[in-house]
Amino acid sequence: MDEAFSFVFLMLASTLRVATPLVLCAMGGLFSEKGGIVDVGLEGKMLMAAFFAAATAAVTGSAWAGVAAAIVAAEALALLHGLACITYRGNQVVSGVAINILAAGLTVVLGTAWFARGGQTPALEEGQRLMPLFLPGAGDNILVYAALLSVPLTWWIIARTRFGLRLRAVGEMPLAVDAAGLSVAWLRYRAVLLCGLLSGLAGAYLSIGQNAGFSRDMTAGQGFIALAAIIFGKWRALPAFGACLLFGLLDAIAIRLQGVRLPGLGEVPVQLIQALPYLLTMFLLAGFIGRAVAPKAAGVPYEKEH
Amino acid sequence: MQALTPAAAAIELRGIEKSFGSVHAVRGVSLRIETGTITGIVGENGAGKSTLMSILYGLYRADAGEIWIDGHRVEMANPRDAIAHGIGMVHQHFMLIDTFTVLENMVLGAEGGLLLAGGLAAARAELARLARDYGLSIDPDARIADLSVGEQQRVEILKVLFRGARILILDEPSAVLTPQETDRLFRILQTLKERGVTVILITHKLREIMAATDRVYVMRQGRMVAEHRTADTGTEELAELMVGRKVRLELDKVAPRQGEVLLRAEHLSLVDDRGVRLLDDVGIELRAGEIVGIAGVTGNGQSELLQVLAGIRPPSGGRLMVCGQLLDARHPGNPAEMRALGLAHVPEDRLRQGMVAAFEASETSILGYQDGPPFTRNYLIDGPAVGAHCVDLMQRFDVRPPAPSLRSSHFSGGNQQKLVLAREIVRRPKVLLVGQPTRGVDIGAIEFIHRELVKARDAGCAVLVVSVELDEILSLADRILVMFAGRIVGEVAPGRADERTLGLMMAGAGAA
Amino acid sequence: MRLQRRPLPAWAEIALLPLVNIALAFIVVGVIVAIIGVDPFHALRLLVVGVVGSSESIGYTLYYATNFTFTGLAVAVAFHAGLFNIGGEGQAYIGGLGCGLAILALDSYLPAWLLIPIAIAAAALFGAAWAAVPAWLQAWRGSHIVITTIMFNFVASALMVYLMVNVLIAPGSMTPQSRGFAPSGQLPAIPGLPLNLSLVLALACCIAVWVFLWHTPWGYALRTMGHNPEAAVYAGTNLRRMTMLAMCLSGALAGFVGVNELMGVHHRIVLDFPAGYGFAGIAVALMGRNHPFGIALAALLFGALQQGGAELAFEIPSITREMVVVIQGLVILFSGALAHLPRPWLQSLFALRAS
Repeated sequence: MDEAFSFVFLMLASTLRVATPLVLCAMGGLFSEKGGIVDVGLEGKMLMAAFFAAATAAVTGSAWAGVAAAIVAAEALALLHGLACITYRGNQVVSGVAINILAAGLTVVLGTAWFARGGQTPALEEGQRLMPLFLPGAGDNILVYAALLSVPLTWWIIARTRFGLRLRAVGEMPLAVDAAGLSVAWLRYRAVLLCGLLSGLAGAYLSIGQNAGFSRDMTAGQGFIALAAIIFGKWRALPAFGACLLFGLLDAIAIRLQGVRLPGLGEVPVQLIQALPYLLTMFLLAGFIGRAVAPKAAGVPYEKEH
Repeated sequence: MQALTPAAAAIELRGIEKSFGSVHAVRGVSLRIETGTITGIVGENGAGKSTLMSILYGLYRADAGEIWIDGHRVEMANPRDAIAHGIGMVHQHFMLIDTFTVLENMVLGAEGGLLLAGGLAAARAELARLARDYGLSIDPDARIADLSVGEQQRVEILKVLFRGARILILDEPSAVLTPQETDRLFRILQTLKERGVTVILITHKLREIMAATDRVYVMRQGRMVAEHRTADTGTEELAELMVGRKVRLELDKVAPRQGEVLLRAEHLSLVDDRGVRLLDDVGIELRAGEIVGIAGVTGNGQSELLQVLAGIRPPSGGRLMVCGQLLDARHPGNPAEMRALGLAHVPEDRLRQGMVAAFEASETSILGYQDGPPFTRNYLIDGPAVGAHCVDLMQRFDVRPPAPSLRSSHFSGGNQQKLVLAREIVRRPKVLLVGQPTRGVDIGAIEFIHRELVKARDAGCAVLVVSVELDEILSLADRILVMFAGRIVGEVAPGRADERTLGLMMAGAGAA
Repeated sequence: MRLQRRPLPAWAEIALLPLVNIALAFIVVGVIVAIIGVDPFHALRLLVVGVVGSSESIGYTLYYATNFTFTGLAVAVAFHAGLFNIGGEGQAYIGGLGCGLAILALDSYLPAWLLIPIAIAAAALFGAAWAAVPAWLQAWRGSHIVITTIMFNFVASALMVYLMVNVLIAPGSMTPQSRGFAPSGQLPAIPGLPLNLSLVLALACCIAVWVFLWHTPWGYALRTMGHNPEAAVYAGTNLRRMTMLAMCLSGALAGFVGVNELMGVHHRIVLDFPAGYGFAGIAVALMGRNHPFGIALAALLFGALQQGGAELAFEIPSITREMVVVIQGLVILFSGALAHLPRPWLQSLFALRAS
């Protein structure tokens, strides 16, 4: 009985540990997507944030300085994305892809130049990391709670505030928002900045919360899984959170399933479980798990008529 | 001591002028609309009525003239100014967010605070009051996507009233409504009028003018040509004023030699996914050697009919016979098949459908015909053949400049049209469908195009011309059909056709 | 901010604006280089020397350029059809798998002159198949191709790891790679260099794509669809089938990266050989204005950057090979998303000249 209890507890902790960056990224991406700005660059923002968090923490010795730096870095990329998509009406996907590639390269370039460890930042000690708050074994640092909090907060902002209403409107029909006398661009910029904030927190968690430093490409596609979670959750906060937990659970199971033989199926390849989030997303997009309807104006730059 | 002045009119426009480039859309228009009346502004396409109202609503700035609201001169720089002066406009294309509820659409932009809860509650109460006062019932929590078109229009009206509008402009409101919904709308307008709201109705449907308005203004070619109390006039007079006695472009035409039936449509119907009947039991026959003209105001099904006949859009019901081949909903045609059968199509919107702006003229000159000989041999496009073809087209149809390598978008509208027309005509098609043949085309090219169409007819082609220009139809057609609300409402022989009869039919007020 | 969209003179649109875009990218690179404490001009000198300094470096440049050509062409063909194919990584990976499988199955039975074309065809087939699934989802179910192709990159990665570790691993090998190919399954190469016959394939593909897009009726229909789907329908094109065709061609071209890497260099199936070429293809296509000849030049430039970057990293320890990745990202940014940024300045420049 005790064993079962601790097993469940460990799985839960493991799930949350993996899901936290996903949740933060997904909530951030949700703001952007709801406002009509497609953000493929979540991965890049998270990566850049992770690097600057670890680098700053190593240099200043303060984890909080690291978090602040992470937010600044992610916001810089977010502003770049906003500039390209909103002001210059560029292709939103191209911008996101560019930001991902840029971040992948720049983090290693700066990392090598500043720390000369092949892209890694120096290993962080206890004082420079975010430490668990209540349960030492579970790794529940403050950002884990921030992630959990971000879900109802995101839901509430989008569903219950004036800003949320206008944001949803601008993602569906910017023309109607414009006709109502509101600024489409300002609304979208705020959405993009919120996205940057949350992606920054996600990146900080990765390098100074979950791990003890930055290593190259440490995001390993989690930004895309967050995007998949948004789609899987049909652009709603709570279901997206559920999707992130699901993906986190799958990851936790994957580790435990290594070497385990299932009756009738043989050994489950760990790669299959790794690929599951992506396969599930494609399945969803194909309309097999119900229809996923994106905000109508997503991906289309807005141009005033007259 | 001041003399008593008469009550200020709700709206007064003095000498409004507006041009877009070389197009003089509004010429010296003045009008005066009294508070608490329903006024209709009627006219054909391009008469200037929508432009005039857009100026009143602040979407455009007039080049000259004054706007007076309730006795004060005002500047309308943008819709926010108009809203501030109590003007609300219900557009043809609703500014409603499908996924929102009625209430959410109402408060957008006027939420009354950072948190929604308070604003929504206030809006709900206000909505209930408006519903009571004006008889506009609607479920505030219904999603727009679930509402019928008529109900959506009611939401638009409520939105406008919610912002405090005392002057309501409706742009072609019945274009998307069923007859019953239209009746309902006019009952609502009556209620609004009784409450002192001033209503302006822009429409081309004369029956509605007669049924719903107190006064009517007639616009034609940018000018205000008449003003009447509705009770003092009738549909026939209005039709004549609307359409006018125009100078007919005289074409030398021999009598048509009609041959066999090359295209026959029976009971064609087209219903879109909103349930709106775009085509309603349409039947047409085209014979070799004749030009059939379809007259009608835009939006009455002509575009859809062309698309169905050309194979671009499958009909919801009915049958089509094209050059001996039977097609119906189970075996719908497609554009490639239609071409193979000998049908050619000059689309209404040449830039969106008939050509690729970024292509060179030579590439545009083979659009639709690129497969197979003579332009493709051994799977490769024969560049010289295409070039020679383009040169040939340009020579025969006087397309200027005669440069096959020039980007299609760099040609003037008239030359683009000539190129597209040339492309379709030189194939010697058996059936030629032409939509708006001279839209955006200069006078010299118009004559040329008309003569080419007649030449095609004389060579045995069955030609169908759809046009909103009545004099074009009158001069070209051997037989005239009129479409209104998705149906063919009448057929007239040109000798017996006059503006009055046709105008009445186009406005849905006459019967064949 | 209101931007005027008056077009510049034709030569400015085609040549000047793109050059300005790239110049901006390089200026930013220079700033980054300066930030990490290196003299940008010194770095530039080393870069250039690293490229043209020896015949060996030119050989490496051409070898890199071969891959960039394939993925650049792949992205461009899809772009011309109005589709954004970001799945080049996965398609290259699976294309390589196909090529490798053909060779592993047949290399003891067939001579090179038969085996090589078969392997190339297998690469094309497998690459096309990997692109066909997202294409089908877009054409028939309306699923956004950008997202599905990205997802499929990850699936490809997982699939390849599984296959390499569990199925194809050479007996007794410590690393996940297949057994070596027999000589009949190896592309002739220049001794000592990774430069091999697939360069010829790349050039042939350039010409083939050019012919296809501008000289065949299917290429014509494809471009029409990319510019104006309504006109394509008017012209009798089946949009769904054309989407499939465009994406399959795109996937096939990306698959040829496998021909270069596996048949030409490694001579066995290995992991991670797509190595970012798929994403770089986007940069190459944008810089080459989606035209095969422009792409060939852009591929050459990127190959030079890759080679020069490697030399630079060798010479200056604080600059790593990832600098090339940074340049790629900036080129995509300035040539793609921020392409219209220099417009206002260029327009006022032309207005000044006119007055």
